Amino acid sequence: MNDAPLLSVRGLTLDIPTSGGTLHAVRGIDFDLNRGETLCIVGESGSGKSLTSLALMGLLAPKIRRTAVRMTFDGTDLQKASRRQLRQLRGDRMSMIFQEPMTSLNPAYTIGDQLTETLLLHKKVSRAKARARAIELLEKVGITAAESRLSQYPHQLSGGLRQRVMIAMALMCEPELIIADEPTTALDVTIQAQILRLLVDLQREMNMALILITHDLGVVARVADKVAVMYAGELVETGPASAIFRNPAHPYTRGLINCIPVPGRNERGARLGTIPGIVPSLVGEVTGCPFRGRCDQRVAICDTAAPLRRLPDGHEFRCVHPDGHRHEEVTA
Amino acid sequence: MLRFILKRLGLALLVALTVSFISFSLLFLSGDPAIAIAGESANAEDVAAIRALYGFDRPMMVQYGDWLWHALQFDFGVSYYFRLPVADLIAERLSVTMTLGVCGIVFALLIAVPLGVIAAIRPNSLIDRIALFLSVAGQAMPSFWFGLILIVIFAIQLRILPASGADTWQHFIMPTIVLGYYAMPAIMRLTRAGMLEVLSADYIRTARAKGASEGRVLFKHALRNAIIPVVSLAAVQMGFMLGGSIVVESVFALHGAGYLAWESIGRNDLPTVQALILVFALFYIVFTFLADVLNAWLDPRMRSA
Ligand SMILES: Nc1ncnc2c1ncn2[C@@H]1O[C@H](COP(=O)(O)OP(=O)(O)OP(=O)(O)O)[C@@H](O)[C@H]1O
Ligand SMILES: [Mg+2]
Repeated sequence: MNDAPLLSVRGLTLDIPTSGGTLHAVRGIDFDLNRGETLCIVGESGSGKSLTSLALMGLLAPKIRRTAVRMTFDGTDLQKASRRQLRQLRGDRMSMIFQEPMTSLNPAYTIGDQLTETLLLHKKVSRAKARARAIELLEKVGITAAESRLSQYPHQLSGGLRQRVMIAMALMCEPELIIADEPTTALDVTIQAQILRLLVDLQREMNMALILITHDLGVVARVADKVAVMYAGELVETGPASAIFRNPAHPYTRGLINCIPVPGRNERGARLGTIPGIVPSLVGEVTGCPFRGRCDQRVAICDTAAPLRRLPDGHEFRCVHPDGHRHEEVTA
Repeated sequence: MLRFILKRLGLALLVALTVSFISFSLLFLSGDPAIAIAGESANAEDVAAIRALYGFDRPMMVQYGDWLWHALQFDFGVSYYFRLPVADLIAERLSVTMTLGVCGIVFALLIAVPLGVIAAIRPNSLIDRIALFLSVAGQAMPSFWFGLILIVIFAIQLRILPASGADTWQHFIMPTIVLGYYAMPAIMRLTRAGMLEVLSADYIRTARAKGASEGRVLFKHALRNAIIPVVSLAAVQMGFMLGGSIVVESVFALHGAGYLAWESIGRNDLPTVQALILVFALFYIVFTFLADVLNAWLDPRMRSA
């Protein structure tokens, strides 16, 4: 094994032409992911998490413009790779689990057809072998009577089962990277935890790298090696999970972490910490810190600058304040 | 799947029975059939004799049972006008109409489906615009006029195709184009709309995420779902073409069943009209049934319906 990261992204930028002008949906994202590592991307709705993951997979709508300084997967330049090369990576070495389990399976084909398709596309195996692998994985994701499920159609399964099937499908070729985009948001609360647990267990068992996109900081605290906090299209803070939870530097991250209800600390019926204010428009030129409109540490130069600050252990954040807190010297 | 087919078959038979009763009762809705046969100027005794001869004096349900029993054996009585068995008459005319109908729908599908797919893959492209133009033109241009234009160009000016008759396969080229062109716009627009909708579906993204090639995504994953409503439409149009190709049949002097129906109505030839209505209705029923089965095969969700 080499030490180079499995996935390396520098300056990933996504622009969407709209009738009102260019929407700068994602601006200059940097991160690295090693084999077997879990990166959790957190951030509120619309911050660009799904777009980022689709950009990595090469599945963006054609009208969205993608640029990057670097975007490599195990040494392969994802920007220069041919469509054929990308196709060979997708489903085989990197796969994705989507936010919408109800609609992500093709209604016209059986579960078995859809599961085996992934394997048959990438590996030279017989149909019987592919079927056996599908059964094995359905059992792994906790589906009972796996063999009889193969001949069922998506509409015959519940949302939770469909997402399990999606997970099994993503694992068919034992990929090195799995991107799971809010895999449980659309599901019943009672099964959310089960599905996440399952995903993380399988990831450890198969030693895959995982990018888990989620709103749930409780989950992040439990599973993440690295955390990337996204706000309005920028990564405002990244670093090892332990460092970020111990010492959240960016005011937005601090706000998020204060939102986690802690038994005993919050009084019953007390309001959870929420961050007031609205997200800036990303249409047209975006300058300064995107969070300044909601930030209680705001100073005048936040309108024009949000420099990158480096803390020990690869912990980074973007803020005019060297430690994320306003001190009198800065405002002066 | 088998249960679904049986259920639909039962339903189809029920509809067929209802239709047969309606087409039978037409005989009585259009006045006294005995007078129709004898002619307006016939005297009362002649009418009474005819009434007894054809059994019009029996209770209606008995007559219906009798008629249905014979119809089931392809005996629709004798044409008042031709004095020939209606069944033979229809069989001869129907072969022309069926050939025309099948050619027409195949032609329409062969043009409309690929055009609709391409238009959906490249919306607002040149091909999309051409397809839109063709479909608007197809909708706006009356069949008889389009038929006449083709006759003027290919039969009169270039002299490469026969203008009328049904003797060789060349005779069917122009009628097929006219009839197919009539059915094309709706099929094309439905294919395009279906493809556009399906291509933005989440499961298409899943197929791409698996590493499926663009062709596989389009044809295996998208078209299979987009074509479902097109199948129903094509079935209805096929039924329509078999019964309603009267205009095309008269322009090209193809003496098919549609033309026969039109003539027979004018001649008050009730057994023929009755039988034709039943046959056309049965075509509709058969095609809807086939479309249902095909749809259920394409879309598993329908099988439980
Ligand atoms: N195809 C598109 N056309 C125009 N705007 C888009 C498109 N896709 C995404 N956007 C915009 O880009 C921004 C980021 O979207 P994205 O789906 O990545 O958010 P997200 O972080 O995944 O949110 P959520 O948590 O709700 O899934 C949003 O403001 C969204 O409106
Ligand atoms: Mg999302």
